[in-house]
Amino acid sequence: MAKKPRIKVPKTAKSGETILIKTLMSHKMETGVRKNKKTGKLIPRKIINKFVCKFNGKEVMSADLHPAVAANPYFAFYAKATESGTFDFEWIEDGGKTITASGDIVVT
Amino acid sequence: MSMDKLKTKVLGRRQILKSVGLGALALAGTGLSSKTVQATPDKASEYLSKLTSGAAGTKGKVTVKLPEIAENGRTVPITVSVDSPMTDGDYVKSVHIVSERNPQPEVISFNLSPAMGKAEVSTRMRLGKTQKVRAAAVMNDGSVYTGDKEIKVTIGGCGG
Amino acid sequence: MNFINNITRVTSLLGIASLLLAYTTNVSHSGSNPNPQGVNKMKSGYHWATAPTREMQDDDFSNPAFLWVDIGSEQWTTKDGEAGKSCASCHSGVETMKGVAATYPKYSAEDGKLRAVQHQINNCRTQQMKAKPWKWESDNMLGVAALVKNQSKGMPIKVKVTGEAQPFYNKGKKSYMLRRGGLDMSCKNCHMDYTDTRIRANILSNGLGNGFPTYRLKWQKIGSLHRRFRGCNKNVRATPFKSGSDVYTNLELFLTAHAMGMEIETPSVRN
Ligand code: HEC
Ligand code: HEC
Repeated sequence: MAKKPRIKVPKTAKSGETILIKTLMSHKMETGVRKNKKTGKLIPRKIINKFVCKFNGKEVMSADLHPAVAANPYFAFYAKATESGTFDFEWIEDGGKTITASGDIVVT
Repeated sequence: MSMDKLKTKVLGRRQILKSVGLGALALAGTGLSSKTVQATPDKASEYLSKLTSGAAGTKGKVTVKLPEIAENGRTVPITVSVDSPMTDGDYVKSVHIVSERNPQPEVISFNLSPAMGKAEVSTRMRLGKTQKVRAAAVMNDGSVYTGDKEIKVTIGGCGG
Repeated sequence: MNFINNITRVTSLLGIASLLLAYTTNVSHSGSNPNPQGVNKMKSGYHWATAPTREMQDDDFSNPAFLWVDIGSEQWTTKDGEAGKSCASCHSGVETMKGVAATYPKYSAEDGKLRAVQHQINNCRTQQMKAKPWKWESDNMLGVAALVKNQSKGMPIKVKVTGEAQPFYNKGKKSYMLRRGGLDMSCKNCHMDYTDTRIRANILSNGLGNGFPTYRLKWQKIGSLHRRFRGCNKNVRATPFKSGSDVYTNLELFLTAHAMGMEIETPSVRN
């Protein structure tokens, strides 16, 4: 079952405008110190440890996440609209699995 | 029903409510905070100074926005904003969020760029207990500014 | 019925009797009288949620429950089962579900009992699609149920409690009033008699289902109303019933009728 990230990028903006971007990723953010109630064994850590947002290939913002980030990681941040193009988002999980999403914007 | 009987009943139920509350307490204790070592303000400072290449930082320019009380420490909205023009010559390079009383001090580090236009980031974090959450901003010239905010946590939210 | 004895027993069993004193309840109404609420004065759990929790619910984008609504949308158009059909094959767009959830749980002549939205979904899956039923608490079921209910967001609840539904409503009412478990308490005790009373981090609400499936901060995911029932049962040390069971579905009808006229909020965010 595919849980897709949710992203919110405005479809259009005026040049020079500061736009708000929001992302929401479905993830348990397993801390690695929680025990399985039945077996008593530690549940291995599995978190999204990196988030990257690029615009037309250039990094706008990135983040290094630790287990203290809540489940289903949410981000809201800004970007300055300069030209039309594509925002690419990347969530990297422990072990290297990467989930991506993108959103286009037309700047006038 | 006599007044006395009624009173016993009401009192009884209150006791029950208390005990139910304790059930929740017992549950909350199964989280991250149980046995693991806990961060302290000192550890938080140590960790921060690593991230800021040793600079202790000046208080100011950094605003940490958190609710006064977290209903549940498992998902607490946090916004950090830094007073900066975010131009190529003058911008915030990174923002670090650090906990004073979670099992580990580190929460998240953001790498910012002038392309953001505005130095403000929001996320949601876990908080094990009532504490102070700190943020440090490293500017492009290497200077460091800090801010913090106290938050009361009703149910600890680590470990999930 | 001796509550204090029961409590002493339960708490000492747990070895936490000494902690009991450390906790204070904050009874916001004055005097020792409980706080009986008329059926028409019912309020949604939203009323008791704190500002950050409400904000999370209010913004359809950042409300994490929508991660599951998205799963629901995807499932809506996904073909499954031997009939090679998706929900959309017969129901076209999901907006055709507008108002539907406001009438559930609903009597089904075919089953001779009530159907919650989840039962109806599984009925369509097994009968119409020839597909396997979904588990009650699976992401797919939660997602599609939340999606269907979300189509009725803002619409008033109007369930039928007369006619064929009546005996089920009566059963639901009976279990709502029934004191159970080690603590010998009924749903009514907490959610009507003690509304507005603080239990540790929670202030007791009317315990209604108008926002379900709900994203609970405690669960860190979305969950069904029946999962919540199970939790409330366990809190008074009573054995919970199965999600989707007749007992819970009847109870759901009583609870929903309690909130008659109240707006559906699905998916809500709760502590
Ligand atoms: C082959 C056609 C078919 C498919 C496929 C189908 N349904 Fe249905 N559905 C029906 C029919 C016919 C009814 C009304 C009769 C009944 O109650 O069974 C119905 C009724 C419903 C209702 C109740 C509507 C009301 O007014 O009470 C819901 C909710 C529903 N379907 C959801 C779904 C979902 C979700 C799916 C996909 C998982 C789905 N259906 C797939 C044919 C279909
Ligand atoms: C010991 C007290 C207690 C009892 C008894 C109890 N509950 Fe609850 N219930 C709570 C608490 C505490 C909450 C969380 C705060 C709130 O919404 O009231 C809650 C929440 C709920 C909610 C979620 C409300 C929302 O807005 O999301 C529902 C529904 C509910 N209860 C139903 C029931 C039902 C049905 C029963 C009987 C089977 C029951 N409860 C028995 C304490 C209780």
